[in-house]
Amino acid sequence: MLNTILSGDLPRSKVLAAMLVAILVCLALAPFIFPGVRSVDTAARICIFIVLVASYDLLLGYGGIVSFAHTMFFGMGAYGVALSSKHMGAGFDALAIGAASGALLAALLALVIGLFSLRVRAIFFAMITLAVASAVAVLVSQLSGITGGEDGLSFKIPRALGPAFKFADIELFGVKMNGKLLKYYLVFFSCLILFLLMLRIVHSPFGRVLLAIRENDFRAEAIGYRVVHYRVAATCLSAAIAALAGALYAIWLRYVGPDTTLSMELMIDILLMVVIGGMGTMYGAVIGATIFVLAQNYLQNLLNVAGQAVADVPLLPQLLNADRWLLWLGVLFILSIYFFPTGIVGRLRKGN
Amino acid sequence: MPHPLLETRDLTVRFGGHVAVDHISCSFNAGELTAIVGPNGAGKTTYFNLISGQIGATEGTVQLNGHDITRMSVAQRTHRGLGRAFQLTNLFPDLNVLENVRLVIQSKAKRGFNMFSLASSHDDLTAPAMEIVERVRLGDQTQQVVSELSHGDQRKLEVALLIALDPLVYMFDEPTAGMSVDEAPIVLELIAELKARTDRAILLVEHKMDVIRTLADRIIVLHNGALAADGDPATVMASDVVQEAYMGRDLELADG
Repeated sequence: MLNTILSGDLPRSKVLAAMLVAILVCLALAPFIFPGVRSVDTAARICIFIVLVASYDLLLGYGGIVSFAHTMFFGMGAYGVALSSKHMGAGFDALAIGAASGALLAALLALVIGLFSLRVRAIFFAMITLAVASAVAVLVSQLSGITGGEDGLSFKIPRALGPAFKFADIELFGVKMNGKLLKYYLVFFSCLILFLLMLRIVHSPFGRVLLAIRENDFRAEAIGYRVVHYRVAATCLSAAIAALAGALYAIWLRYVGPDTTLSMELMIDILLMVVIGGMGTMYGAVIGATIFVLAQNYLQNLLNVAGQAVADVPLLPQLLNADRWLLWLGVLFILSIYFFPTGIVGRLRKGN
Repeated sequence: MPHPLLETRDLTVRFGGHVAVDHISCSFNAGELTAIVGPNGAGKTTYFNLISGQIGATEGTVQLNGHDITRMSVAQRTHRGLGRAFQLTNLFPDLNVLENVRLVIQSKAKRGFNMFSLASSHDDLTAPAMEIVERVRLGDQTQQVVSELSHGDQRKLEVALLIALDPLVYMFDEPTAGMSVDEAPIVLELIAELKARTDRAILLVEHKMDVIRTLADRIIVLHNGALAADGDPATVMASDVVQEAYMGRDLELADG
């Protein structure tokens, strides 16, 4: 049973298994274990980034294709939901249509980019995606009449997903049974399903072809696989799933803007999460996204506490000042890549 | 009159001013093993690349089983029945032995775009892959990652991939290169087994005279990119043009 759900990809390391179970339990029960607004927000963000990073891993770790347009596809799903909700009014139909059309459009654009550039060489694809993603980001910020420009778009979501909606008049462990809770579980289960779907894809015959192409595209072609077709298919799949993650993100925030979905910074974050977690493992996305989002959200607080603890020591309080959190985040990345060149998952599995 | 499975007509490729393969017209019949010989730089591997599609022809055509495949991609040619093993071992290094062979069977079954089933659940692909792995004497290393295999075992796997593909035309490019004296016979035995099938054509680029003598039904000689001689082994070996051109030195050194 578990074997089927996980597509035969067991963690193969006790530590990794424990980490994955802990993350799953924490995310599944987040509204009850960590009831604060901010912590639930962090949990939802982790869920969404796991899917986003895993979809990038499908491309980079399995397909061996470097893309800089992943945030663009992410943004297409987010803007899809925002625009449809804006124009059709709040409703589940608007959410569904927005998410579906965003995913479809993302897949189509990926198809066009892929057919034009993957034919030549995979490195060419990286450059084209960089150009297209930058162009789209500029367009979105310029076409303010449609996209809201730099300010982005706020929109209404169905009432059933808002805090005012109570579906039961009880409190469970002090948590109100309201639409906000429903929204969290919408995000959680959608992400869980999308992740398991990707886990299945990488272990399917298609996933094996991607591995073969990554290992030796020349020979993959010689045994009869049209390398271009497989690379383009992987790109489309990955783009569509990224767009769905974007749609969930927009639903969660009830807002979409260039900074939250399209920025180059976000693209680099995704890359880092894949590399830190471990490329070509899928579970690396879970570990990488969790650690990264937690660090982004709580490193500042942690530094604050640490800074106060050493307040009497010279120099240290300045170094551990909460404003230096980005510096420490950088140090963490460099250390993790130095000590785990194959990512955390790669390291854990090797140690087994 | 035997039916030619593979035919090249005036096949030519130029790299800048250099003519690497010069108007080679030659046909290869079912049930025949043809050895392609010639000194280094004679164009043997380039001729192979033109046939299997890694290089596009400047002039001339390649016909496979009566169809023009000159403009087809490598993968399309493979599905039409052209299979090639490579001179430098060319495998999927981080996958295991069984998976390497299984990928070939999966390609033949055209199941590469199956995305939602488990690859390991396709028993009808795994079973024949297993059989072939055992046939090339790698049965006790099915789960071994290829990059950890010895050179000789990698050569065996190289041949296994071709056997799994089971093409109409088998192309071997120095299949025993770098193999030890104990291991080479296994590969040669496998090729001899393939020869027994009368509906397949086999092309073999080879330097070792003893191999050619035991296996070849016919020899073609390439020299400076052109066809210099073509015929049964005894005649070709004895022919003046071949002896004088280069064979005396090159091939006798390799002999023994």
